[in-house]
Amino acid sequence: MSSLLKKAFLNAKKENRPALLTYTVAGDNTKRKSLEILKCISDYADICELGFPHNTPIADGGQIQTSAYRAIKNGIKINDVFSIAKNFKKSKKNTPIILMGYYNMIFQYNENKFLDKCKKSKVDGLIVVDLPYPENKSFASRCKKNGLNFIQLVSPTTSQIRLKKIIKDSHDMVYYISMLSTTGGKLKVSPKKILERYNKIKNQNKSKNVVIGFGITEKTIKSLKKADGLVVGSAICKEISKSIERRQNTVTNVTNIVKRLRNKIQ
Amino acid sequence: MKLKMKLKKGVPLIDQHDHQGFWGGKFGGSFIPETLKKPVEDLTKEFKKLRNNKAFLKKRDYYFKNYIGSPTSFVKLENLSNHLGGAQIWAKVVSEANGGAHKIYNATVHALICKAMGKKYIVGDTGAGYAGKMLSMAAKKFGLKCKIFMGAKDIKRQKPNCDAMRKNGAEIVPVYSGSQTLVDAVSECMRYWVSNCDNTHMCVGSTVGPNIFVKICGWSTAQISRELRTQLKEEFKKIPNKIKLINCVGGGSSAYGFWSEFIDFDKKQIELIGVEAGGPKKSKLHAAPLSRNAKVGILHGAASYVCQNNEGQINDTESISAGLDYPGVSPIHCFLKDTKRARYTYATDEDALNAHVMVTKFEKLNPSLEPSHAFAEAIKIAPKLSKDTIIIVNSCGDAKKDRDILRERLGKH
Repeated sequence: MSSLLKKAFLNAKKENRPALLTYTVAGDNTKRKSLEILKCISDYADICELGFPHNTPIADGGQIQTSAYRAIKNGIKINDVFSIAKNFKKSKKNTPIILMGYYNMIFQYNENKFLDKCKKSKVDGLIVVDLPYPENKSFASRCKKNGLNFIQLVSPTTSQIRLKKIIKDSHDMVYYISMLSTTGGKLKVSPKKILERYNKIKNQNKSKNVVIGFGITEKTIKSLKKADGLVVGSAICKEISKSIERRQNTVTNVTNIVKRLRNKIQ
Repeated sequence: MKLKMKLKKGVPLIDQHDHQGFWGGKFGGSFIPETLKKPVEDLTKEFKKLRNNKAFLKKRDYYFKNYIGSPTSFVKLENLSNHLGGAQIWAKVVSEANGGAHKIYNATVHALICKAMGKKYIVGDTGAGYAGKMLSMAAKKFGLKCKIFMGAKDIKRQKPNCDAMRKNGAEIVPVYSGSQTLVDAVSECMRYWVSNCDNTHMCVGSTVGPNIFVKICGWSTAQISRELRTQLKEEFKKIPNKIKLINCVGGGSSAYGFWSEFIDFDKKQIELIGVEAGGPKKSKLHAAPLSRNAKVGILHGAASYVCQNNEGQINDTESISAGLDYPGVSPIHCFLKDTKRARYTYATDEDALNAHVMVTKFEKLNPSLEPSHAFAEAIKIAPKLSKDTIIIVNSCGDAKKDRDILRERLGKH
């Protein structure tokens, strides 16, 4: 059986565009709001990444840190993240949802219990920022056994030999980090260069869906539309911060930015 | 059945990890984002090469001697011993090292590695400001551009060290996230490295972080115990039969350096005692993951005992000593704890202040608030011990940097 993730990429391909992936932090700024945001943006996004917030995120820039701190301050717990995912799936059962976070949270929750919860909440994939290959091998294969996509990351510093091994061990989706940066950095590499590298990854195995993330905004998204998928995170988190600051409706504003992003790659 | 954790003899502790970087199968490792895999691997290879390279070792020894001022002295604290009665109290005065603390060893080695790798920029984290000050000194000495990440709260409370960093031409990057202390400084420094690892070398200020940083730091501070071993033989003709080596533990770099040569000894002969920061007397916050039974967790790329909640969020810590104010601890200390080779306890802010007052009253020694935690334990146990017991405290930092805090808390100086 084909995974929902695969189907989402296929659907986008049929429309001759990249899949749009969004990243928001669970519980930002409240549990209810973040669920509402997810539901609304999934009208325009093909795949939703949902972050479980951590208070020492070593790979995230300012925007996502702010979102994470806000969510933690509002009392978000891992079980809440699962209930958000589950509720989302109740109304949007065909939109894949990927949980993303740091390994300590999974470790404290207990790996098996975490996987079990993912399954029960109908989570489709998992990204663990600080559990790289090959350390993630056994966990990744256990994810697969539980019908969960473990998404491997590849970066500009990944060597050719390593790339081969990672791709071989990957499931349906591979995440290419566009540049040396934390999330939310300004795109400091030309889109041409990024796509060159992207093609190298893609050529390893055409059946893998490769998405590009980091530094993607309304300004840059169009230039990378040749990819299988594009991830926007910090730009959305920033919009949430801005809306809160201006006392505007976060759900409307965030939905609008995702709509605009989608229009740019149509 | 679980395999029992065991220490190996004749192998430096820093090398007793498995192929994935874990000590005792569960502490350490390298939990890093993909982007850092390559720079960490490059550094690992380079360090392996350099530590076996005679020319590099010669260079290291040259700078340890002529730049750092090795060996630092080993002295008996006669007045303090007489006052307390019981065991003899000695000090290894590591604060005599250039810059005033043990952090200079790690900083110098990192600067040499940075040079060897052809990188021009070096970045580091700091809590008490010593790691930052020393890195700025070493960077200046070896012509490297230097950035220091420091929590905004620490910048305020350790001003003298900040002044020194700026004087050495380093840029201090204030960190406003989280608790604005060391834990946030390390996170921010790692983030900076993720973004700039192509031309920048990162120095982690203690025996924490991904496996390779634990190793490099431990390899550097081990100089302290090499000196002490020689000094013990000179002083006593042989290694005495009853020794207690007391050291404060934040990340644990000075403690490892102080102990590394003595780990193979029987603990009945040489007891290793680590003293963590218990925080203010009535506060629930502390920075003592080992002695107050924190759970294993992952912080800054390594698994160790970590002050955290049951969701895996890292706890705020509180200590009068910025250098010990850290929720995690070195994986090698976790290993020493679980193998029961070392014993860990804690001293409160008040204990440390009292110890500082007593030591400075009786001796010509001015230990900073970090080693004052170790002195607190020495003062506590000495009266109960026999005259032939040798307590040695690593006085690993000088209190000049604590001027403002001491003035505020003690109303003098």
